[in-house]
Amino acid sequence: MDESRRNFLKIAGCSAMGVAWGVPVLRAVGQALEAEPAPGALTGKRWALAMDIQKCMRPDVMRACQQVCHRLHNVPKIDDPEEEVKWIWSEKYDNVFPNKVHKFTSDSLKGRPVLVLCNHCERPSCVRVCPTQATWKREDGVVMMDMHRCIGCRYCIVACPYGSRSFNWSDPRPNIKPDIDPEFPTRSQGVVEKCNLCAERLAKGLGPACVDAANQVAGEGAMYFGDLGDPNSEIVRVLRSRHSMQRRPALGTEPHVFYLVSTSKRSELKQKPNDFVVPVLEE
Amino acid sequence: MYDAGKIILGIAIFLVLITFPFWFTLALGNPDYQPDPELPAGQVQCVESKEYMIHWHMDLLNQWRDSVVRDGNRMYVSREYGDRHEMSLTRTCMRCHESRERFCDRCHDYTAVDPYCWDCHVEPKGE
Ligand code: SF4
Repeated sequence: MDESRRNFLKIAGCSAMGVAWGVPVLRAVGQALEAEPAPGALTGKRWALAMDIQKCMRPDVMRACQQVCHRLHNVPKIDDPEEEVKWIWSEKYDNVFPNKVHKFTSDSLKGRPVLVLCNHCERPSCVRVCPTQATWKREDGVVMMDMHRCIGCRYCIVACPYGSRSFNWSDPRPNIKPDIDPEFPTRSQGVVEKCNLCAERLAKGLGPACVDAANQVAGEGAMYFGDLGDPNSEIVRVLRSRHSMQRRPALGTEPHVFYLVSTSKRSELKQKPNDFVVPVLEE
Repeated sequence: MYDAGKIILGIAIFLVLITFPFWFTLALGNPDYQPDPELPAGQVQCVESKEYMIHWHMDLLNQWRDSVVRDGNRMYVSREYGDRHEMSLTRTCMRCHESRERFCDRCHDYTAVDPYCWDCHVEPKGE
């Protein structure tokens, strides 16, 4: 009698557990969503961005990029540097490339402003530290944020070596100027934000807005956006043919924003009054 | 039992207080009250049936959110009608349901739920 009661309780317990766990699972499976990408969405294996460092130094280019990005994404304008929020902005060359500057670095670079944004790293340190997976790397390389999941712990801000992330210390809405674009959500107080490589535009078949803006103001070739997984893409051709840099590559994050540097043309070197010879190194 | 009178009186007062919401509504409230969300004029159907939307819209919206943000899939295929809709609170739901106050809030207030959608998503001005 005892034995059978014991068994009865066991079976009853297991069934209760099975029902408790099974019902939500079944419900979720039964309701699997039928969804598909929007028609015309851009798909790539590995998105990347490349910018001509000198062309993008022009104040009008930088202003255009920031303006279009911040307006489109409802980024608040807060003057206090401790609370400011930014997706794309400028930093001194010496700070962007601390290991690429020395006593004789050209004045055309040293101390000049460089356009910076999230690097959409191959091994993003922000993603490693996020306790809720609110930030993660998409298959196509975009380092995304799910604002619904962000708990505002700010580990990612500490982890990102490029300062690409901002925290909303207060409700951003009153600081969104000139007005809020209803097409894109704002953020709420207490979440982190950063450049999303215009994921919402990629989904509509458009490239990043800053790339369009830069090329419009400075002419084609100021910025490139494309798929590194496609060997015939323009960005791959440009990167193969020109000198480019990544920010602080020794950290191992493998940034996917590349900076193209124009080297002096031979003709310019010839015009130089002095008679130094550029040594040609044999391979 | 010591102080039986006091204890019974205490229990009685306690019961009266704790059942306050029930008898108060019965006595003075309107127990037949039904929230009355304003439906968009000139629309015949939502993305799913009315019953489905009433019972499951919150789950549906959560699934939309995950699909758009996490999977990058932005088009919804209706189970009921088979047609396609962009999964967007602002651009799909609130294109028809223009007023949060006269639609969403009517039931949400009644059931005392306070979803945080509009902390970030922009609600239409709602003329
Ligand atoms: S890619 Fe888009 S989100 Fe990122 S900086 Fe450029 S415009 Fe802003």
